[in-house]
Amino acid sequence: MKYYGLVDGTEASLNNFLKSLPGVDQVGAEARAAMLGTRSIKTSSKKKAIDLAISMVDLTTLEGADTAGKVTALASKAVRPDPSDPTVPSVGAICVYNDMVSIARKHLDLVGGSHVPVAAVCTAFPSGRASMAVKIQDTLDAIEAGAGEIDMVIDRGAFLSGHLMDVFEEIVKIREVCGEKAHLKVILETGELVTYDNVRKASFLAMLAGADFIKTSTGKVAPAATPPVVLVMLEAVRDFYQITNKRIGVKPAGGIRNTKDAIKQLVLVNETAGPEWLTPSLFRIGASALLNDLLMQRMKMRDGYYASPTYVTID
Amino acid sequence: MTTFDYAPALESRTIVTIDPQYGHFINGSFTKGSNHFASINPSDETVLSHIALGSAQDIDTAVDAARVAYESVWSKLSGKERGKYLYRIARILQERAREFAVLESLDNGKPIRESRDVDVPLAAAHFFYHAGWADKLDYAGMGNSPRPHGVAGQIIPWNFPILMLSWKIAPALAAGNTVVLKPAETTSLTALLFAQVCQQAELPAGVVNIVTGDGSTGAALVEHPGIDKIAFTGSTEVGKAIARAIAPTKKKATLELGGKAANIVFEDAPIDETVEGIVNGIFFNQGHVCCAGSRLLLQEDVAEEVLSKLKVRMAKIRVGDPLDKNTDLGAINSSEQLLKIRDLSKSGDDEGAERWSPPCAVPEKGFWFPPTIFTGVTQAHRIAREEIFGPVLSVLTFRTPQEAIEKANNTPYGLSAGIWSEKGSRILWAAGQLKAGVIWANTFNKFDPASPFGGYKESGWGREGGRHGLTAYLKDAESNNE
Repeated sequence: MKYYGLVDGTEASLNNFLKSLPGVDQVGAEARAAMLGTRSIKTSSKKKAIDLAISMVDLTTLEGADTAGKVTALASKAVRPDPSDPTVPSVGAICVYNDMVSIARKHLDLVGGSHVPVAAVCTAFPSGRASMAVKIQDTLDAIEAGAGEIDMVIDRGAFLSGHLMDVFEEIVKIREVCGEKAHLKVILETGELVTYDNVRKASFLAMLAGADFIKTSTGKVAPAATPPVVLVMLEAVRDFYQITNKRIGVKPAGGIRNTKDAIKQLVLVNETAGPEWLTPSLFRIGASALLNDLLMQRMKMRDGYYASPTYVTID
Repeated sequence: MTTFDYAPALESRTIVTIDPQYGHFINGSFTKGSNHFASINPSDETVLSHIALGSAQDIDTAVDAARVAYESVWSKLSGKERGKYLYRIARILQERAREFAVLESLDNGKPIRESRDVDVPLAAAHFFYHAGWADKLDYAGMGNSPRPHGVAGQIIPWNFPILMLSWKIAPALAAGNTVVLKPAETTSLTALLFAQVCQQAELPAGVVNIVTGDGSTGAALVEHPGIDKIAFTGSTEVGKAIARAIAPTKKKATLELGGKAANIVFEDAPIDETVEGIVNGIFFNQGHVCCAGSRLLLQEDVAEEVLSKLKVRMAKIRVGDPLDKNTDLGAINSSEQLLKIRDLSKSGDDEGAERWSPPCAVPEKGFWFPPTIFTGVTQAHRIAREEIFGPVLSVLTFRTPQEAIEKANNTPYGLSAGIWSEKGSRILWAAGQLKAGVIWANTFNKFDPASPFGGYKESGWGREGGRHGLTAYLKDAESNNE
């Protein structure tokens, strides 16, 4: 059914639906996230969590200085994060600007990484300030170049000024462009939405419009994937599943730099959305530096001591 | 589907040293004590130590020591000097926080996460807060130079042993009183460790005396003619007995007694945080909390949604070893309390309420009760009226805000209440209508030394904490309020 039968595509029905969502109490949400941050994950469960986290990393480079060399290096690392240990899983995807997609795709295929998808940031990433025509073309280019996942940004200006229908229609349009060819991740840029009420509202808006994933941030704005923001988004996908029987994924991105923070994210998933979400098809972590810390901790658990950082490849 | 089981993450107990036997702490040193009884770990029923049963003679010695210390040393010290001792005790509590937390969890059965993150930091905070008052009593609103009562007799419960000790001792000492404190029968160990802290802080002998024992020891303390002020936290039944006992005397008293708090959820509540607040309100400290939100009042149009989310959330509660850092719900403090919880829960079944608990395995040894809710409860059920003091929640519904207030106030108790609504005007209106000493809005079970705590009606007399709590340990110099 279109829009899961929850809204009928009119502005009034969208506004009514989003207005009917219960509010988020800031103090309570932050306290719950902080409490879950005190979970102590040790020994065998830590080992499992590290491998799971590696398989969920969207290994990312989104720099003006990106080159073919940089992207191919990243692709190699994505397939075999630790060349000395074949038991380390490949990452969830690599995430690049859209002109780098074909280079990434080709190189991944070349090095035995045909199972690793390429995610492209689209729709005038990171600001989203462009015409709809440009945003559509941006997305088409990425898909044509072989992107299996599209990370689009929403128009935060429209959202904050109350033009929720404009935001909705943009996502619907990009969803159509993606069709069956690409998964759609919708970046809310929670650091610009600021309140948890907005995060919840934007999460539902994106899910109704057809997102496969909701993603916190571009990585260009701070704060990014803070635990309470991720908590509110996980509650949203959990509640959405209750209504629609459809599981939407969540991708925190930005600010998750070490193993401890990554494991805290997994605990949030486990105790909020539930263990069903503990799979790369429903939870990803957008990061660059995180992968090496996960590898270092993995080596530490295997060998019993911290190796020199020179044992981990830089890209 | 991936399972993410948390491996046990046990806090080490090697940091604490427990003697096989303890005496009382009187006049700055430990006595041998007599008639020792076993103190057990409620999570596995192993014996931790043997505690002396204080006699009327022990109480007498302790009160004499407190009187001498009051007259010769403590009442002669300036507020600034008393404050220094309190600051010193507060810092030592912080330095030895892990030791206190582990010992508290062993002795009481509460999860280490709670003793580590709530009880011990708050206990230290109470000493810091009252240390600051010691030299500012002229500004406590009690006139110029308010004076202490003299010797305070203090009796504390087993649910928050070290925290209740600090609620009692810190204001008493700040105001210039000396004390004789009796910890609860089942949880004396952190009080005895605190006695060591008093020695470490070089607190003058006799200022703090700790006599362990049972109800008979407490009665001897209450009845002792050398006591000027009684401070009691515990059951309403014992509170009434104390009130009767001191009625013909000049003794002052503060009583912090039972409760049956209403936690009211209005239709415009922030649902997810409300569910957290409900869980925190009743399952915090295994429900062994006098201000626990043990009566959940749900507005009918959100009742179903809240209950279904509450059940999902309750299934995530981790019940088990109190020393595991991932445990949310620990052991029931004693077999006696467990029997009481079982008895009242059975009355819920018998009276037709519907019981629900998530599937959860509890350890074989020790005293355990799963997190439980009863739905279909009305005001006429025993479980809606009597304090269960365990992880058992009674769920009632209401149609209008007025009805919620009527139900909330329809209890002989009046210690605390919770309001859940996103609407500021409704919160303020409801708070004004509720007959309860502490009202939380969009949160529950939050404590701070600066905030007065205490009840209406049969929940007690007086307040503890803040300026109000301090005045209970002072008499007004100008009105000569003897």
